[in-house]
Amino acid sequence: MGLFGNLFSKEPKKEKLEEGLEKTKTSLFTKLSKAVAGKSKVDDEVLDELEEILITADVGLDTTVKIIDRIEERVARDKYLGTAELNDILREEIADLLQGETQADFKAFDASHKPYVIMVVGVNGVGKTTTIGKLAHKFKQAGLKVVLGAADTFRAAAVDQLTIWSERVDVPIVKQAMGSDPASVAYDSLQSALSQEADVLIIDTAGRLHNKVNLMNELGKIKRVMQKLVPDAPHEVLLVLDASTGQNALEQAKQFTKTTEVTALALTKLDGTAKGGVAIGISDQLQIPVKYIGVGEQMEDLQIFNKRAFVDSLFGE
Amino acid sequence: MFDSLQDKLDKAFHVLKGHGQISEVNVAETLKEIRRALVDADVSFKIAKQFTNEVKEKALGQEVLTSLKPGQVLTKVVHDQMVDLMGGTAAELNLEGKPAVILMAGLQGSGKTTHSGKLANYLKRKKSRKVLLVAGDVYRPAAIDQLKVVGEQVGVEVYTEEDNKNPVAIAQNALKHAKENGFNTVIIDTAGRLAIDEQMMSEIRNVHSAVKPDETLFVVDAMTGQDAVNTAKAFNDVLDYEGVILTKLDGDTRGGAALTVRTVVNKPIKFIGTGEKMEALDVFHPSRMADRILGMGDVVSLVERAQEQFDEEEARKVQKKIAKNKFDFDDFLGQIKQIKKMGNVKDLMGMIPGMGKMMKNVDIDDDAFKGVEAIIQSMTPEERGNPKLINGSRRRRIAKGAGKDVKEVNQLLKQFGEMSKMMKMMQGGGAKKMAQMMKGAGGMPPGMR
Repeated sequence: MGLFGNLFSKEPKKEKLEEGLEKTKTSLFTKLSKAVAGKSKVDDEVLDELEEILITADVGLDTTVKIIDRIEERVARDKYLGTAELNDILREEIADLLQGETQADFKAFDASHKPYVIMVVGVNGVGKTTTIGKLAHKFKQAGLKVVLGAADTFRAAAVDQLTIWSERVDVPIVKQAMGSDPASVAYDSLQSALSQEADVLIIDTAGRLHNKVNLMNELGKIKRVMQKLVPDAPHEVLLVLDASTGQNALEQAKQFTKTTEVTALALTKLDGTAKGGVAIGISDQLQIPVKYIGVGEQMEDLQIFNKRAFVDSLFGE
Repeated sequence: MFDSLQDKLDKAFHVLKGHGQISEVNVAETLKEIRRALVDADVSFKIAKQFTNEVKEKALGQEVLTSLKPGQVLTKVVHDQMVDLMGGTAAELNLEGKPAVILMAGLQGSGKTTHSGKLANYLKRKKSRKVLLVAGDVYRPAAIDQLKVVGEQVGVEVYTEEDNKNPVAIAQNALKHAKENGFNTVIIDTAGRLAIDEQMMSEIRNVHSAVKPDETLFVVDAMTGQDAVNTAKAFNDVLDYEGVILTKLDGDTRGGAALTVRTVVNKPIKFIGTGEKMEALDVFHPSRMADRILGMGDVVSLVERAQEQFDEEEARKVQKKIAKNKFDFDDFLGQIKQIKKMGNVKDLMGMIPGMGKMMKNVDIDDDAFKGVEAIIQSMTPEERGNPKLINGSRRRRIAKGAGKDVKEVNQLLKQFGEMSKMMKMMQGGGAKKMAQMMKGAGGMPPGMR
């Protein structure tokens, strides 16, 4: 449980949570330790316990089976010694499935692109606009010049929402009327970012369910239109995932990747009780790194994803 | 909707086929498969376990009729159990209060504001209520603007206090406003909050005790994973809500949350959200949902939706024409219009038993009929009434008029010919066969008997 205490800004709240209704989760790893205590090898009881922990964290069946297989292999190869080793092996194996390395800071992207264009996509209600607001704040803090593009012209008041964020963070925003063509907003935004010599351009898009073909095609169009100005834009397609989403997130990631070639993930709402374990399977199967995590509603509540901390949190440690 | 779970269960039941009766041995593999399918569908790990255990007990105790196969018996047990789990019959809203007050609560991004609008629309149009929407989300940027836009879309007044940051006071003032201005229904939208955020949870508790809602509805995303257990329970502990709205079911989520939430809190799911349009709100029917999960198709929903939109007079006319083999392009065009009125084609197809699986990887555009309509509309009335007239030069003219290739016109004519043939067959002995097929799936739609 120390993880969230150390890392996340909403520390007191989380503490209370752990004391309160979430007592059970805190002790899962302890439970696991107990299950192996005094045993010389990883037996079915231990693996069952592990399965429950992983499934309950939304890791999903396929990935859980994969992890368990890897543990068994490792145990056979390295000769299992005790609880401490099991803990380490477990963490290592899970962390291994997560792609990419933990980046040093928010500036750690290829600065040769000017502007570095980030297109933010995802299904409805995952927190795209909020993540963009926080991301803009972090970039600005890092001394970068940021422009926002309000290409969610569909959801009621989405442009207003992003405008309020742009005022809060104090960065320029490019917008048009509600209902206008999102590709045209993206084009305008890029043009404006180019002429302002901005370092980063972040494009907001409307939430869309990944099984709606027309809406998915619209994303492709937004991309193509931007490429008329900057052939390799967008340089990053950031898929925002809600940590409380279950196995459907995998399908979301697959479909969004198919249309827009997602390059990075942001996992939001990790300040709740959801563990976001589905990200492991996504990262592993689609070879996409998790870059950011959202841990609250304030400007500061965005962090760079840390593998080790994430794995620890799965076990409530 | 639940295609993947259907696939899995189909496979699981398949293992049982060929065995004479249900025994501990032959049921074990199937139950394991069902449990995996449920977990894969985001049903809570513990509830999936509990569910399969109960199914097993019931199945083992069950007399296996000689005429039935174990797979069929187990299908019924699983189905009944699932209906039980999701809560018997459909639950109505309690609107007795004067005014009736509905409080919306849930996590961030679950769809509270959108569904406040949908609910307002539903109550206004279907129940003739005079609805007031209340903007109680004072935190998220532009949340109030969003509700205003939504209110405008459905033609319902929205009560706002832009400078007031106290949701309790806003709710109380709104109630006063409603009483003074003759509103008989008040829907209060609230900010999204995490169940572990004590400050925010005590705030909504205060709103709740200040306005004493007739209905507190917990709004939850159908895509929610294992955490559904925690949030559903935590909100229920604080608000003791009356019901649940399950949103975003127009996605391809397997929707295990539907099974979980009801079991955990023992509160009914009252509505489901099925799209971004303000009309996309349906009443939740547990047995239909179970049918769907088990791959039995949602025949009842389909029939109801069809009846709602179907012009009986028109149907009778068409039937007569088919009987006389005089079904022409005008009738065809009429049929397309009827289908389009019923909604998204893929959704409709998914409700037909056995189609769910077939449709899984097919994309049907809502505009799929546009080209067909254009071609038919480019025909003269004579041609529509008597397709045999359409020769080569007429085909070229029709193609030009519709902006299509002659090839496409040819294709439509060919399909139309085949359809006519099929209809003739169904009028004859073929209908009997179809009726038999339908029997197992809840009977024939009334109009087709």
